[in-house]
Amino acid sequence: MAERILDVKNLEINFHTYAGDVKAIRDVSFHLDKGETLAIVGESGSGKSVTTKSLMGLLANNAEVVGGSIMYHDQDILKKSEKEMQNIRGKDIAMIFQDPMTSLDPTMKIGQQIAEPLMKHKKMEKKKAWAQALDILKLVGIVDPEKRINEYPHQFSGGMRQRIVIAIALVCYPEILIADEPTTALDVTIQAQILDLMKELQSKIETSIIFITHDLGVVAGMADRVAVMYAGKIVEYGTVDEIFYNPQHPYTWGLLNSMPTLSSTLLEAIPGTPPDLLDPPKGDAFAARSAYAMKIDVEKEPPFFKVSDTHYAATWLLHPDAPKVTPPTEIVRRQKLFAKMSANKSVKA
Amino acid sequence: MRKYLLKRVFYMLLTLFLVATITFFLMKLMPGTPYSNQEKMTPQQIKIMNEQYGLNKPVWLQYLIYLGGMLHGDLGTSFQYSNQPVSYLISSRIGASAQLGLQAMIFGVLVGIIIGSFAAINRNTWIDTLCTVLSIIGKSVPNFVLAVLLQFYIALKLGWFPIADWGGFSYTVLPTIALGVGPLAETARFIRTGMVDVLSSDYIELARAKGLTKFGIVYHHALRNSLIPLVTLIGPYTVALMTGSMVIENIFSIPGIGEQFVKSITTNDYPTIMGVTMLFSAGLVVVILLTDIVYGIIDPRIRLSGNGD
Ligand SMILES: Nc1ncnc2c1ncn2[C@@H]1O[C@H](COP(=O)(O)OP(=O)(O)OP(=O)(O)O)[C@@H](O)[C@H]1O
Ligand SMILES: [Mg+2]
Repeated sequence: MAERILDVKNLEINFHTYAGDVKAIRDVSFHLDKGETLAIVGESGSGKSVTTKSLMGLLANNAEVVGGSIMYHDQDILKKSEKEMQNIRGKDIAMIFQDPMTSLDPTMKIGQQIAEPLMKHKKMEKKKAWAQALDILKLVGIVDPEKRINEYPHQFSGGMRQRIVIAIALVCYPEILIADEPTTALDVTIQAQILDLMKELQSKIETSIIFITHDLGVVAGMADRVAVMYAGKIVEYGTVDEIFYNPQHPYTWGLLNSMPTLSSTLLEAIPGTPPDLLDPPKGDAFAARSAYAMKIDVEKEPPFFKVSDTHYAATWLLHPDAPKVTPPTEIVRRQKLFAKMSANKSVKA
Repeated sequence: MRKYLLKRVFYMLLTLFLVATITFFLMKLMPGTPYSNQEKMTPQQIKIMNEQYGLNKPVWLQYLIYLGGMLHGDLGTSFQYSNQPVSYLISSRIGASAQLGLQAMIFGVLVGIIIGSFAAINRNTWIDTLCTVLSIIGKSVPNFVLAVLLQFYIALKLGWFPIADWGGFSYTVLPTIALGVGPLAETARFIRTGMVDVLSSDYIELARAKGLTKFGIVYHHALRNSLIPLVTLIGPYTVALMTGSMVIENIFSIPGIGEQFVKSITTNDYPTIMGVTMLFSAGLVVVILLTDIVYGIIDPRIRLSGNGD
């Protein structure tokens, strides 16, 4: 079994606001194994960024961690002081941000921006750190790095800047790389290049990746496992195949249905809007938007039901007493494919 | 780059020429004459005096003569101080004013940056409030009030520094503080606003994600970016301070140029008015060029052409 490097358990985070407490993260648990890529997907506002910021100890001032633990190897990140976190950030856990146009300091040479983590964490001298910065610039595919290392961010295109941000994140060879929607702000062709680069570097640097996105489309080629988040909770998680071809939660169905594929021309957006997290609903938070909601969904929160050893979903539809429902056609098509795939596998086995 | 500089210098000279022209004719429109006791003078005397100072010639000729002199560095002769050349008058007095102005500016800007940063880093806490209140006080209390308070408490009561007069460095401390509080308050306000903005930007978040310390983030990333809006303020402010402050120079009996200038206006001492105005304008155009250059150093995005990409 792979080494477990991160284990988040029952995480609960509130934000104090004038209107009251926003319950942004509600009992979230997940884990990350060495070398794997975990995708966290969900609509805007579902709590993806808050989750990752808590891993870095970078939560906003008005945030309060109400409960839970974040075990990084054998240490709880939530119990660490700011000073201790400074020694982890950028060295063991690094991060790539969404908008490369704004995430680099406009007044500092990119060489120095890449060298900074080395000077801080590896206590390198400037000269040595710049030499290493040059190496990583080559690695992320910047052409003519000897010249460009002396340039400023505004002299680079968006895609190039994101490569530099990746270089900054990877320069200390972190054990965990968090990428919070790293391609959302980029053109589709550039997106593909950046994703390829990340995969390539992952194998070279042997880092584990937490990949945040609201776009299931980019997940398929990137991730080993997927966690689906809704309204501050994880509602389903499993391997990529399990989530794409055997989804169980109506919210996951909705996400897949709203994703363009080759076979489906009809895109269906999920109707309605996510609930107000100041006062989250009592039962299944998705019930109000779900065509499959049952009476119990508004009354009682569903626990996780096991689908396979790696696949769990929090929906009452999986309860033995629940009536059998037929998912949307696209999902049925996928589930049939999945059945075929598993049959093939068991034949081979 | 060289072409750019040449072009800039040409425009600077053009500006100075325009300033000289406009000031000259405006000055001629001022009511009154340069003579303090005109009532007692006979028309003959006035005529002789006018001839002596060239005031009997047509205005356009006076203007040409003045321009001609200026090209040779001759700013004419002062009316109020018998036969002292204006250039001597200015050069003997500008030193004290310039030193004081520069010191006040350095003191004000440095302390202002520190206070403004502190306020921004501790935004919405009592430290922020304290800094804001201090800078409002600094801005609204007239500097002569502060000057008198400093004289009374620091010089007279405590005896740490001389009350007035102009000698060594110790004589400059109190007037520097009195004069520097204005730019201090202004700088603190600018830096606070700028840094609050900068601290909430994505690249600061990235700097935190690198594991930098709070101080490292402010010092290496936030400060430089917050300084950008300040650059435009500092240049002209410095020139204004260096060309003399009448009130402060008066209170501390400093032989500077500020007092001189005000006197020259009230007595219609045309050559001195012209001279000081030209000095001020020259300082200003030079400083504006310097500002643009410094701007480029601080903010690479607007680096002057030929120097960047
Ligand atoms: N500082 C804060 N104060 C109050 N509420 C906050 C704060 N930060 C986040 N939230 C709330 O927490 C919830 C989750 O936000 P988060 O940024 O994690 O969403 P997300 O899943 O990353 O969305 P997106 O796809 O738009 O990035 C949102 O409802 C948001 O309004
Ligand atoms: Mg987000």
